[in-house]
Amino acid sequence: MDFDLMITSFPKLLGATVVTLKLLSASLFFGLFLGLFFAILRLNKNIFINKFAYGYSYIFRGTPLLVQIFIIYFGLGQIEYLRTTFLWVILKEPYWCAIIAFTLNTGAYTSEILRSAFQTIKPGIIEAGKSLGISNKVIFYKIQIPIAIRQSLPAYGNEIILMMKGTSLASTVTLMDLTGVAKYIISTTFKPIEVFIVAGGIYLFMTFIIHNVIKYLEKKYSFQQ
Amino acid sequence: MELLAFGKTGWGDELFYATLMTIAVSITAMLVGFFFALIFTPLKLSKYKTLNLVGNFYTTVIRGVPELLVIYLFFFGGSGAIMYVASIFGYYEYIEINSFITGSMAIGIISGAYSTEVFRGAIQSIDKGQFEAAKVLGINKFGQFYKIILPQMLRLAIPNLSNVWQITLKDTSLISVTGLVEIMRQSYIAAGSTRDPLFFYSFAAVLYLLLTYVSMKLINKLEVKYSRGY
Repeated sequence: MDFDLMITSFPKLLGATVVTLKLLSASLFFGLFLGLFFAILRLNKNIFINKFAYGYSYIFRGTPLLVQIFIIYFGLGQIEYLRTTFLWVILKEPYWCAIIAFTLNTGAYTSEILRSAFQTIKPGIIEAGKSLGISNKVIFYKIQIPIAIRQSLPAYGNEIILMMKGTSLASTVTLMDLTGVAKYIISTTFKPIEVFIVAGGIYLFMTFIIHNVIKYLEKKYSFQQ
Repeated sequence: MELLAFGKTGWGDELFYATLMTIAVSITAMLVGFFFALIFTPLKLSKYKTLNLVGNFYTTVIRGVPELLVIYLFFFGGSGAIMYVASIFGYYEYIEINSFITGSMAIGIISGAYSTEVFRGAIQSIDKGQFEAAKVLGINKFGQFYKIILPQMLRLAIPNLSNVWQITLKDTSLISVTGLVEIMRQSYIAAGSTRDPLFFYSFAAVLYLLLTYVSMKLINKLEVKYSRGY
């Protein structure tokens, strides 16, 4: 055991954790809106809209995240037309490509989580709202969405943890996130176990925090149905 | 289309073998995972606190750390660890482990953590009366497990195991970083030499979709088989 290496690599890895957290928070933020949007499309009665939303979530849940990042980072740059548009400003940066890929990926999972949450809302609750003369819009925003958010908290907590682990793939497109720096230190020192313990420890600590925050929120917003 | 031709002109046959490699690694990893689950599920269900702790440590660490980091640990640390063990037995030559073994071990340990959770959940949701009834009928421990508990457990476990299979299948794409020529690595090579990454990575995505689709269909059949009588 090389404890000196563990101590000297700790600040470097901690600095890289900032990149990981930035990637995670940006993709979760955009992903939540994307997920909500597609979850609402899934509840639409129009079969084409419905199938479109299903196709989106099927494709992004059925392929590895690595393929998705590679298509966006290496693949889209190949289209000559894209290089002339303003989109190229975003797509030439690996940072934004990673965020786009993560957002699309977590959006697909989030849409499934929210869809099932919407579907478990008892029809009686909506009917009660209607019979009280509340408009459909208010029922949706004030009744359905809060209940759906509460219902989907445990599953969404898992999704946050999965996404945090997913951000490690950013290291494959040259970004120096926690895993990227860990790999760099391992390949220069050839001390995989020491670096794994430190980097893994940081990841576990983040998992622990996320897990407990979600648990707290679940308790706070629990209700008897 | 000519990019996908079989033979020397296209990448069809290379991608075909790469797909077989992905399937082979996934199945090996899944079996390695079952082996780990077989060890750690009893630990997690044990009466003894220390054994519980060992089981929980395994599932928590593996499920809380990125797959890629675990793969790097095995990739860079694998041969070192084997050589250390070999040196105890007096063998000091350099040992290189091939990337198939490294990859399926790394993915297997990850998949094992998920399988352990699935089996634990399935066993815990079997009614206590079933265990007691089996005991009362004088069935021996072996028979209790294989004839009474296992068939009921499988019914509950198969839907969740199919999720584990999907995760494992998708995780094998990460082994490409160790140089094992599976779908992702082959697409990377093809994309590099033809300068057509969009086509090859999209094709890789199609291959993965095909694999997940076909395996879902097969698993659904199993599910029907094991839920007879319910």
